[in-house]
Amino acid sequence: MRYRVHHQTLCRYDSPVSVCHYHAKLTPRRLPNQECPWHEITIRPEPLHRHKRHDAYGNAMTYFEIEGSHDELEVVSHCLIHVHENPTPDPRSTPAWESVRDICLASHWSTATAAAEFVCDSPLIRPLPEMRDYARKSFTPARPILDAALDLNHRIFRDFTFDPTATNVATPIAESWKKKRGVCQDYAQVMIACLRGIGLPARYVSGYLETLPPPGQQKLIGADASHAWLAIWCGEELGWMDLDPTNDLMPSTRHITLAWGRDFSDVSPLRGVTLGAGNQQIIVAVDVNGDSD
Amino acid sequence: MDLRFSPFSPMSGIAPMASEEERRFRYRPVPGVWDEMFAADGSVRPHWLPFAEMLRQLGVAGMEDNAATIARLLRDHGVTYNVYQDTGAAGRPWFLDVMPVLVSSSDFATVERGMQQRMRLMQAIMADVYGPQRLITESWIPPRLLFANPGYLRQVKDVALDDDFIGNMATDLVRDADGRWIALADRCQMPGGIGYALENRIVLSQAFPQEFKQCHVQRLASFFERERDILREMAPVHRHTPNVVMVTPGPHHRSYFEHAFKARYLGFPLVEGADLTVRDTRLFMKTLEGLRQVDVLIRRVEDFSCDTLELDPSCWSGVPGLLESWRNGRVRIANRVGSGVMEAAAWLPFLPNLCRQLLGEELRIPSVPTWWCGQADVLADVMKDPRRWIFKRAYLGDDRPAQSTASMEEKSLKALLAEVAADPEAWVAQEAMVLSSAPFWTGSALEPRSFVWRTFVCGTKHETHVMPGGLGRVSPSSEGFLVSMEAGALSKDVWVISDHEVAPKSLLSGRTEALRVSRPPGDVPSRIADHLFWLGRYAERMEQTTRVLRMLSKRLVGEGGDLQMHELRDGLRLAQQVKLLDESLDVTGAQYLVYQEIRELMDKPARIDGVADLMGKLRYNAAAARDRLSDDTWRLFNQLQEEVSAPLLQSTAYSITSKLDRLILDMAAFSGMQSENMVQGHGWRFLELGRRIERGTASATFLQAAIQLCQENETVLVPLLEIFDSTMTYRRHHFAKPKLLQVLDLLMLHAANPRSLAYQLKAIHHQAALLPQGSSPTGASTALSAVEKMVDQLQQMDLAAWEAHPERFAFLQNTCEQFIEHLESLSHQLTEDYFSHATRRSR
Repeated sequence: MRYRVHHQTLCRYDSPVSVCHYHAKLTPRRLPNQECPWHEITIRPEPLHRHKRHDAYGNAMTYFEIEGSHDELEVVSHCLIHVHENPTPDPRSTPAWESVRDICLASHWSTATAAAEFVCDSPLIRPLPEMRDYARKSFTPARPILDAALDLNHRIFRDFTFDPTATNVATPIAESWKKKRGVCQDYAQVMIACLRGIGLPARYVSGYLETLPPPGQQKLIGADASHAWLAIWCGEELGWMDLDPTNDLMPSTRHITLAWGRDFSDVSPLRGVTLGAGNQQIIVAVDVNGDSD
Repeated sequence: MDLRFSPFSPMSGIAPMASEEERRFRYRPVPGVWDEMFAADGSVRPHWLPFAEMLRQLGVAGMEDNAATIARLLRDHGVTYNVYQDTGAAGRPWFLDVMPVLVSSSDFATVERGMQQRMRLMQAIMADVYGPQRLITESWIPPRLLFANPGYLRQVKDVALDDDFIGNMATDLVRDADGRWIALADRCQMPGGIGYALENRIVLSQAFPQEFKQCHVQRLASFFERERDILREMAPVHRHTPNVVMVTPGPHHRSYFEHAFKARYLGFPLVEGADLTVRDTRLFMKTLEGLRQVDVLIRRVEDFSCDTLELDPSCWSGVPGLLESWRNGRVRIANRVGSGVMEAAAWLPFLPNLCRQLLGEELRIPSVPTWWCGQADVLADVMKDPRRWIFKRAYLGDDRPAQSTASMEEKSLKALLAEVAADPEAWVAQEAMVLSSAPFWTGSALEPRSFVWRTFVCGTKHETHVMPGGLGRVSPSSEGFLVSMEAGALSKDVWVISDHEVAPKSLLSGRTEALRVSRPPGDVPSRIADHLFWLGRYAERMEQTTRVLRMLSKRLVGEGGDLQMHELRDGLRLAQQVKLLDESLDVTGAQYLVYQEIRELMDKPARIDGVADLMGKLRYNAAAARDRLSDDTWRLFNQLQEEVSAPLLQSTAYSITSKLDRLILDMAAFSGMQSENMVQGHGWRFLELGRRIERGTASATFLQAAIQLCQENETVLVPLLEIFDSTMTYRRHHFAKPKLLQVLDLLMLHAANPRSLAYQLKAIHHQAALLPQGSSPTGASTALSAVEKMVDQLQQMDLAAWEAHPERFAFLQNTCEQFIEHLESLSHQLTEDYFSHATRRSR
């Protein structure tokens, strides 16, 4: 699939802002099944300083500063993306989940102990004991890891209600867990907490979702803005496998990956601090237009 | 073995009929414990001998005197330790034991080499953690040890790898039963205690001037000189005077006293996050004269809070863009952002191997035996013998206290072990250690107490220096061992004894002045100017309030004739008019109601513009500008605070009057201090402007109220003159009962009367002409022309022409009203132009 993405963020301040500092993680990652032939970010007003680099997880980030009175800031990201089908293994032939958990505990360096970074607590995700119990219902003894993960993915989809009014970006996972409501960010972070709670590496993925379904296919939820899902590490051979609990599926060619990290705080698409502003209104518009190869 | 020490009969034992004095001076070290002063055979350790002899000469009375001197000096210096976050500027007084701990030169040499190595080791580990990470890829440590460490900041991975990783560090050392030094914990982020160590030294060396000299105690000053030079040399671009600033979370922080003290001692400005800004990736300090670039930042704000853009967005103490500025090499930061990663007990078991791998050396100072529970086999071993340990949190950011299992109840032990098993990475098990003891003066006797020595190191990749001294701490009771200052530990000075005579090096007199970096005159952060401005306003308001209250309380005592009654009545009306007293108070009613009202205005913080309320505001602003005020000024504040909160000797109006007399003298001393002892730069200018604007406003307000009352009769003029301290001046000029127009002439137009409105305007005009350029290009000139207008208006007033005019009251009141408005608008304008850009942020 080929996509053209247009992602606009507009901040309107109710009193003029004199200085602001921002960073954006809006550049799509290059992956074995994802190419990005073209990408640019335009910022209005023109930044005084602008700098692009990579964070500790290899995500591209753009830092910028604006100086001089302004009451509106616009950040637009345009990109062209090609996403190819990823081969999916038979879930029942994947390794027993306990074997993955155990190799992550080793004291020597390996891809497993490297992945173990994503077992540890992170700023926004600290598993609760009841999340462990919830996960164990899917992760029964010796069950193949991907089979169990898909079951958990399905149960979260089933037990949670998609409700944009229930939470916001700052809602702690303990609250979304209690309410059993929320948006893709809550679904993903709750599932990550469940997996980490039983010792499995899980990371947070941010990106886009194709909005207009090809004929005959169902429209996916969470379509009018950025999307988020997660990936679980399934052992040395399979590595990281993506899961989307908001839609009860394994992402394939309809998900576009921007960035990953331990939780939302590592990948937030646009983050900034302004000096001198009162209130601000933020309008985000994402268009993902795709055509089949 | 009963080891006894009596300096009166050293080593000869105690006579059967020991005197009271001898009984109190007897000292019994605990058997089997290393004592700092006594060897196992009961003899005084050689490096203590001269001091022991001096103790003998001092005697109990001398010790009591010295202890009192220390308490007084600490109070005068305002040394506090803020235990709780929400106590505002007030803190708990610091406690320093009169007995120092003496460390021999050979012991210090061991510690010095060990600490220099430890600093190099910490630097090397951190350089690797934020760089190539060989320590995990070569499997020197379990990768989880790093990944589970919340102090490991991914945001600063690969940033500024050429920089030095630690500017300064502290390590708590203890001694085991064999006298070997053992490291208990390391502080690598923003080690606390160094300012207190310096303060302790200053105080104790004053209490023991002779002893200090004769014992050949090594001085601390050169350590601080090196530290200051190192910080200046860190500047990324060579400048003649690099701009080094220290950033603090502010007066609410528990170590604020120490931040201010150290910044002042080293001669670097103390700022808060809101005083700094990043523009085009350069870091600047907002000063009254605009932005001034910062070269080196001494960081006293935690890792997580220092950049609101990239790190914790909820912390206001941070500077957005700081990390980007640092990444671009525009500023150097000491200690490095992310150094909290090293402040973790979890590292201790791995240090010997890391020292071999990274430095190719054996670790000189061993750490207290520690096991990190994050490894399954280690956890299993720990659980086999659960009563042997002290369980501690493995990482920074979790302040739950250490728990010793030895005598824990079965139920609590079970709960603790379950907690450890559920989250083993977060815990370490340490072996309980018997600490060495040192003699402590309880106030009446010497007693052995467990001793911990916090040592300090400063340095770069190329050089490291260990402070010849440090912060000693002893347990608060003779049983148990101490943990932290929060838990109520008591501090001690540590004297490193030199084999040779030590050249005197005074810390605070001339030598220190030479240490100070000269600051350009405009180098005043806007926020500091704001605090000084309000310090001036509140100091003046305090004086007004106390003068009004004294005028009233004086009239509650004495013979109480008709005249006094009338003056009291009109004085009360005056106080009501200016809104100091409630309108509902019946001015002709019972006098005890007046007495109660005055008491309330003095003691109740809820009474706005009452004495207690103003004291709080004064203290808040003074604390925030702490590094700009002299020690004497600070001492005066402490005295004022004490006098304000001191209970009345008797519940009488007389007692109130004398208390108010004292407060008025204190306030006069403060304004004298301001005019005679402060450099008259821009900071002082705003203090002066605050005071003059407040006094000018008060004059106009009181005059307006008095004019109102004079329409009935002129009795009020006597109390009015008293409030403005102009009674004698008036008498000298007029020899008669006060008349309104003459009083107005004296208090409004008389340019030579320092209490008159004209005098205030003249002073404001003088300062306004010297104002720096504020945030708007026209700010300074707008303020100046506003003042000029007021001066003109006042000069053109012809009081005589209004003498018999029927509209005179309305005209005069209206004139006062205009001055009040003009002065308030000047105050607003100064705030807008000079202070307001230092505040307000949102995301």
